[in-house]
Amino acid sequence: MSKLEEKTENGSTDSLETGVSEEQKAEGDSGVGTGVLFFIAAFAVCFLSGWLLFPNLLYSKKEQPFSFNHALHVEEMGGCDSCHYFREDGSFAGIPKLAQCVDCHAEVMGDTEDEAIFVAEYVEKEKEVPWLIYSEQPDCVFFSHSAHVVGAQMDCVSCHGHIGESTTMKPYEENRITGYSRDIWGKNAWGFKKNSWDRMKMDDCAECHEKETGSKGACFQCHK
Amino acid sequence: MKVDRRSFLGLGLGAAAGVAVSPATWKLMDDSSIWTQNWPWTPVPSDGEVTFDETVCGLCSGNCGISVRKIDGRPVKIEGTKGHPINDGGVCLHGLCALQYLHDPSRIKSPLIKIDGAWKKATWEEALAHAAKALGDIRKAGKANAIACITENDKGTIPGLFKRLTTVLGSNNHYTMNTMGKTWSNTIEAINGTKADVGFDLKNSDLILSFGTGFIEGWGSPVYNFQVNAQRKSSGAKLIQVEARLSNTAAGADTWVPAKPGTEADLALAICGVLITTGRYDKKTIQNDAAFKAFAKMVQEQYAPAKMARITGIDVAAIQKLAMAFADAKTPIAIAGKGKGDSAGSTREFAAVYALNCLVGNINAPGGVWLMEKDPGEVWPSIEMDAMATAGITQTKLVGTDSVDNLMAMVTASATSPVEALLVYNANPCYTLKNAKAVTEAVKKIPFVISFSSYMDETTQLANVVLPSHMFLERREDLPLLGPVPLDITALSQPMIAPLFDTRHPGDSVLSLAAAMAGSVAASFPWETYDACLEAVKAPVWETLSESGAVVKESVTLVEKTDSMDFSLLLTDAAAIEAGGDEASYPLVLIPVDNIRLTGGIAASPFAVKTVSDTVIKGTDGFVEINPVTADKLRLSQGDKVLVTTPVGSATVKVNLFDGIMPGVVAMAQGLGHAMAENLYVGGKGVNVNELLGPVMDAISGLDAAWGIRAKISKV
Repeated sequence: MSKLEEKTENGSTDSLETGVSEEQKAEGDSGVGTGVLFFIAAFAVCFLSGWLLFPNLLYSKKEQPFSFNHALHVEEMGGCDSCHYFREDGSFAGIPKLAQCVDCHAEVMGDTEDEAIFVAEYVEKEKEVPWLIYSEQPDCVFFSHSAHVVGAQMDCVSCHGHIGESTTMKPYEENRITGYSRDIWGKNAWGFKKNSWDRMKMDDCAECHEKETGSKGACFQCHK
Repeated sequence: MKVDRRSFLGLGLGAAAGVAVSPATWKLMDDSSIWTQNWPWTPVPSDGEVTFDETVCGLCSGNCGISVRKIDGRPVKIEGTKGHPINDGGVCLHGLCALQYLHDPSRIKSPLIKIDGAWKKATWEEALAHAAKALGDIRKAGKANAIACITENDKGTIPGLFKRLTTVLGSNNHYTMNTMGKTWSNTIEAINGTKADVGFDLKNSDLILSFGTGFIEGWGSPVYNFQVNAQRKSSGAKLIQVEARLSNTAAGADTWVPAKPGTEADLALAICGVLITTGRYDKKTIQNDAAFKAFAKMVQEQYAPAKMARITGIDVAAIQKLAMAFADAKTPIAIAGKGKGDSAGSTREFAAVYALNCLVGNINAPGGVWLMEKDPGEVWPSIEMDAMATAGITQTKLVGTDSVDNLMAMVTASATSPVEALLVYNANPCYTLKNAKAVTEAVKKIPFVISFSSYMDETTQLANVVLPSHMFLERREDLPLLGPVPLDITALSQPMIAPLFDTRHPGDSVLSLAAAMAGSVAASFPWETYDACLEAVKAPVWETLSESGAVVKESVTLVEKTDSMDFSLLLTDAAAIEAGGDEASYPLVLIPVDNIRLTGGIAASPFAVKTVSDTVIKGTDGFVEINPVTADKLRLSQGDKVLVTTPVGSATVKVNLFDGIMPGVVAMAQGLGHAMAENLYVGGKGVNVNELLGPVMDAISGLDAAWGIRAKISKV
């Protein structure tokens, strides 16, 4: 006869429960303590992983084909629109094509290694530079530079920050899930921002639209 | 320390809480939602600068001006060119999606040589040497005249180069595919005594009497006609459609005259008779000479309305009403050419319709029929003929008329093919000619076939060598307007994109082939490139052509109209073209139907095929249109699978009941049933109606004039 059957023979199962609880009573405090310890340990591991490890796992770092000195070009060429201009039809040209760069860089002009790579690998081979675009929005978003820069008279810095003052290119961090740049969500993993150019998410668009136009705007304004 | 379930509970809760207060969960939710909206495998067209370049559509002879929208130089869309004299901003659905022909899965990507029945990819040098050797061997054997060449037409420098090559090789055997333009020119020459191209001034006509034309279904220059048709709303011009079937043209006409198929000429001549009897014809422009008197006597006696009512199925009052409407109109015009006008048609029918126009005095008049003299503006240098070529060219042409049907019939009838080598450019006879299966067998008998096609079409599949051409958006070419439009325009198409594959300009292919053959053949082609040839040959008009992209004659040169008209061809040899087959075995009549959404020799683009109604093609099933009365007799219902049998062939299709088709007549669409395995969108869908139809040679023109065939239908 098993212990359980024996106890059942002797009386109700209540006496069984009472027996067990009595056994545990002696170890009670230490049981809760282990649970709390495990809770704290798991919390700490997951919390720290979420903050420190996760962002590093989420993004892969990619180097640009070669580094580009915006500050130098702004100094030589003038404002942003000397390279990032509006076409005659009002559409925005974005990153210049090789044909524009070749206007000046048909041959090596300076003495930087980056320019040498550019001329040897791209100009001479007539190959477009596969720039990784930090501010590329997902394909489901329609954005008109013309409406913002020409229409609303916004400056480039409001969204793109002080890229024009940079002398090198930071690594491009690509989100492994979406394939888009880290700069859209922002550097901060929680998405907190200090400046208007720290993030380029829909909420940031809506925030500015609400402030400037009194409405966050309708879905189909951007998601056409 | 004892690990128990509380420990695990603590671990789980701790992990959940830790993750919850870290950004991971919320960021992952956001990223997942972005991912679901931007599947990484969904193609995203690249952004870039938008530009427009202009060229001419080369899909049919309509010669519409098209603007190609490009993103960073990549063509993405085609629109009609605004202000263009032919299409003024309009475009048909084939032109609209012509980019699909650029990326067509059946495009040939490199030269090919067939070895032991299988295609082998070759370099241009290998393929040209292979072709040149075969042609050279035939010439050396003294059989230069056994080399034949088929091109779609003979207008412009590319057909000109093929024609020249055929001659220089020592052959008389250059043939063109049939069009209504051929028959119109023959008819005008027979009646008016002068060679001329026909132009119908439909825009200025207030009554168009159409004998079976697919006026808004691809006839002539399709977009030009769409606009003429649309203009009728504001101008009040009337359209009368004579056709056995309620086509889109008939449905959009002011009056539909459902004459029995094949009786269009009888109806036209009956109307001529009424006009003459009632004196309602233009006595000023028609000389009342013996020829006219004989014609008048014939139409009044042999084509009396009472007799013609029985033949055509149109009652006497209706024939008289038609005649009066035609006579009462200020600028009436009668037109002919069945469907899209891709077949030669009956000379008798064209002559009868031309006679109607003569009677109302509209020849060379505004709103009438124009007899145009078009100067091609070409200067070809003289050719060099070696002994082999001279020996060949002095022999007689294999078939007397410019008829590919007759050539193929001759090959079929001979034990050994009289054609030893066949060059095919811009034509697909194994699909478009009637009795297509017999034509296919004939082409198989020809020992050496060279195809210059851009696509692996039915004829190219039988070739020994393929020298693939750039498709029209990849090449420069002079394109004379061939549609019956009262305009004289030669346009210059421009390459819209660098060639996608290892293909060549067909002009350059001819030059390279000639160069590979050396001797007098090479010497007759003194140009380095096709571009140099084009500039030299088109020298008289090159400045205008190259600078403005077209030579548009301000006023069309008209051939003088003869007052004394010779209608004798209607008096003699004028038997009606009958549907082949005996009535007892084949109680029905099958007619082919041209559909604006489907094309002829070149398989329609996937987009165009997708727009075709599911009563014409559904999945891979084709349909036969039957009147419910006929279907009742045959105990057939909608969707039944049936076997359509004609004296030529048989095919399994589904039944589509249609009140708009005459009882006793059944119809099937042209342009389906392409045997193109690479093209999953179009290949193997439906039935090629040309495999059921047989050619009927016109006694006057010697060209195929069949409009239908007798048929029987049985349930499968």
